Amino acid sequence: MTAKKSLLHNIRLVLALVLFILVNLLFLGVGWGVTRHIAWAAKIQFLPALLALDFGVLAVLIILTLLFGRLYCSIICPLGVMQDVFGWLGKKAKKNRYSYSPEKKWLRYGAFIVFALCLIIGFVPVTTLLAPYSAYGRIVNSLFRPLYDLLNNGLAAIESHYQSYMFSEVQLWMRSVTTFVVALLTLVLLGVLAWRNGRTYCNTICPVGTMLSFFSRFSIFRMQIDKSKCRNCSLCEKNCKASAIDFKAGTIDYSRCVACGDCAGTCQFDALHYQLAKRPFHIKQIEDGLSTGKHGHEPDAGRRAFVTGMALATGSALMAQTKVKVDGGLAVIEDKKTPYRETPVTPPGSISSYNMERHCTACQLCVSACPNNVLRPSTDPMRFMQPEMSFERGYCRPECTHCSHVCPTGAIRRIDSEQKTAIHIGHAVWIRKNCIPVVNGDSCGLCAKHCPTWAIAMENRDINGRIVSVPVVDAEKCIGCGKCEHLCPARPFSAIYVEGNKMHHIN
Amino acid sequence: MDRRDFLKRGAAAVAGTSVLLSACKRLPGDSPNDLIRDSQTVGGMTCRVNPNSGDKVSLLGFGMMRLPVEAGGTARENPDSPIDQEAVNAMVDYAMEHGVNYFDTSPAYCQGMSEQSTGTALSRYPRNSYYIATKLSNFAPDTWPAKESKAMFERSLQYLKTDYVDYLLLHGIGMAGGNKDGMAAFYARYMDNGILDWLVEQKRKGRIRNLGFSYHGDVKVFDMLLQWHDEGRYHWDFVQVELNYLDWNYADEINSRNTDAVYLYEELHKRGIPAVIMEPLLGGRLATQPDSVVRQLHKRNPEYSPAAWAFRFAGTPEGVLCVLSGMTYMEHLQENVATYSPLRALNDDEWDFLLRLAHDIYELKAIPCTACNYCMPCPYGLNIPQIFSYYNACIADGLLPDMEARGDKEFIRQRRAFLVGYDRTVPGLRQAAHCIGCNHCVSHCPQRIQIPEEMNRIDNLVEQLKQL
Repeated sequence: MTAKKSLLHNIRLVLALVLFILVNLLFLGVGWGVTRHIAWAAKIQFLPALLALDFGVLAVLIILTLLFGRLYCSIICPLGVMQDVFGWLGKKAKKNRYSYSPEKKWLRYGAFIVFALCLIIGFVPVTTLLAPYSAYGRIVNSLFRPLYDLLNNGLAAIESHYQSYMFSEVQLWMRSVTTFVVALLTLVLLGVLAWRNGRTYCNTICPVGTMLSFFSRFSIFRMQIDKSKCRNCSLCEKNCKASAIDFKAGTIDYSRCVACGDCAGTCQFDALHYQLAKRPFHIKQIEDGLSTGKHGHEPDAGRRAFVTGMALATGSALMAQTKVKVDGGLAVIEDKKTPYRETPVTPPGSISSYNMERHCTACQLCVSACPNNVLRPSTDPMRFMQPEMSFERGYCRPECTHCSHVCPTGAIRRIDSEQKTAIHIGHAVWIRKNCIPVVNGDSCGLCAKHCPTWAIAMENRDINGRIVSVPVVDAEKCIGCGKCEHLCPARPFSAIYVEGNKMHHIN
Repeated sequence: MDRRDFLKRGAAAVAGTSVLLSACKRLPGDSPNDLIRDSQTVGGMTCRVNPNSGDKVSLLGFGMMRLPVEAGGTARENPDSPIDQEAVNAMVDYAMEHGVNYFDTSPAYCQGMSEQSTGTALSRYPRNSYYIATKLSNFAPDTWPAKESKAMFERSLQYLKTDYVDYLLLHGIGMAGGNKDGMAAFYARYMDNGILDWLVEQKRKGRIRNLGFSYHGDVKVFDMLLQWHDEGRYHWDFVQVELNYLDWNYADEINSRNTDAVYLYEELHKRGIPAVIMEPLLGGRLATQPDSVVRQLHKRNPEYSPAAWAFRFAGTPEGVLCVLSGMTYMEHLQENVATYSPLRALNDDEWDFLLRLAHDIYELKAIPCTACNYCMPCPYGLNIPQIFSYYNACIADGLLPDMEARGDKEFIRQRRAFLVGYDRTVPGLRQAAHCIGCNHCVSHCPQRIQIPEEMNRIDNLVEQLKQL
């Protein structure tokens, strides 16, 4: 292997690893101090940039592809790099395991058209499932982040012995079983596919891969076979994870080649070179049908099941009253339950639930970034795995705009904390039958005391012949932060909860 | 600062110096002194004589309210754990061996487990070798009717394995309770049901040797009971009050609803009523002082720990019969025994020095919580004493972030340490933000802390820090 040959491979490897690590750090939620500086690693992803209408990024990515082929798939896309890791492991188990297979046009373009249509009409479950970057985000967020959090909490427990405050303990909780299952299935399915056949997903299902293939066919730099040197040993074909090399015909399918450079490294005869196209802008057509490719089955995304369980009743249950001992002890605190909301509450910056539905690819980066345990993936099929807010474990703190800073798709537009104060994402609704002063006569007013916009006032009202001081909400002032819902002492259902505004009010 | 640090600090605050001295024995034939000012040391432990009964009482009294439990700490930290009886026995053995002969318990202490444990430990000794103090407690209004009150007293005798109580106290007179203010609660608890007269009758029968009361709260009740004493309506053989160098002059500055110890003590002393002292360390706070305060104490005399200074203060007034210490660990007991074997009374200079120090401590504005846990359980799940002790510990260590200095490197570090430490010490759902202001706790607080107001204050600080 000459130095020239290894150059592409080495550069790719270094860049891919750096970006891969950054994206993983993002989704692990390593802390705002780091996250704020590496959020760009998500913003250079193709589909998010498309949804965010970030023409700068799109132009750079397209020019990159026109120049160098589908380097994007080998370097920038974390799902692609993840598959390369599995493929690398697969190759350890069995060398020279790949073979050429012709392009599965009907599947490839079929999937692309379906995806594009779903994107246009806003059929969320398909778009979120197929988007490659988001699929990877879910894997890290759902599967690896809990492990990271566990490690963090362990370190926090250790350092607390040493008067050190680097790690603060975080809550470990299952944000959504559905998303967890989807992420697990994605990891297993793609892992097996990549182990056996390399980049099957990227060259059949992935809409970004197909999109970039339109440009990579014309790429100026490309891997080329020098027929004069080739001895037809077939090693290149057997090491092409994209199944793009047909050594017999001496052709490479540039619509599928991800410019990894592995083939050049395996060629014993220096017959493969990554160089200026000899005949630029000429499409090398690959003949169909001759080879019986050993493709695995394609992932059938539509079959993935999802659960749509929702708590409909907002039953009233009080705190478990423990027997009052006179000398200490702690009252039992019942867990809060999520109330049913007519309109989901989406984060400030998301403009409306419609905007969220249209832009979000459910990558879970905002969920990872949320330090207040407010965001979690939705289980509603029409907003499948897209983020929504709930306040059992925290509320949307006024100074925090983390989700708006990290969102790469424009689903949550970037805002600062000043702007946030003017965004009304929802409004609080009082539920009389849960309210502590109504239920047991204790004076309360915690919601009014804590409301950051003074939207709640305590007023005396006649309730069943008793004068009781209860909250009255000024919906115009309420920004929907959920502090009242979170702090409300009624359990498991709060006596005041946030109902989303379909379109966020700004004033 | 977190929970673990508290434990460490608590243990470190008392150096384990034990001084072996012989016990002061109760001598049956001794004639009662007319004035308890005749302090005397029998053997090692300083003893004082109760002019009413002639009891020769050790200056150090063992408070049985913070006994260790098997799961570690006290019943406050681990309310479901049984008391570590072996540890209690070992401490009682050490105490008896070193002349401590006054043991103070109550039906309410340690989730109701204290009297049994005390009885178990003490009944291994001859009944005339120790004095038992227990109380007719006032916490739960359903124990107030005459029948329940009498049952409470009989149960105390049964638990303590005895047929008489040496010192019986009306528990916490002046405290509000059962939705009544201090005065109304006193009448409802001890007068309207005729229970005080019944107790006087028990004293006549010899089932109670000394009758007194402990005082927290409304000073009007205190004054009234002393007036009854003057009028001869009731006779108080002893009175238990809070006394330490912070409360001596600053009790009402710290909390306008409280009374300076100097007033309480003088009122008792001029009537010749012996004072039993509680909270000599203010719930341990005077043992774990801010660094600046500790430095001043050490500079003055490095031989005395902060706790020793506080005990010497409480033991110095001649009208003090006994100073109670609620001890959990053997090391506390050993140090306290050493401090009083014998008492090295403060001279005037030292006395003034501590009163000046009290001013400095007062200026730090800590919350006067002694972690007695009478406020608990908060029906809304807060851990009130834990929140206060965290806040106080931060003040004591100079770790409370100063909002004036925001932006400083030191401020940024302190802010993080304060917030992270808060989450580590108090679980999120038990923090100050969840206080609804129902006020159930306020009437239970012997320090009369306006708990909801303080919760509000702490939460505001936390919220300000979080928003930076």
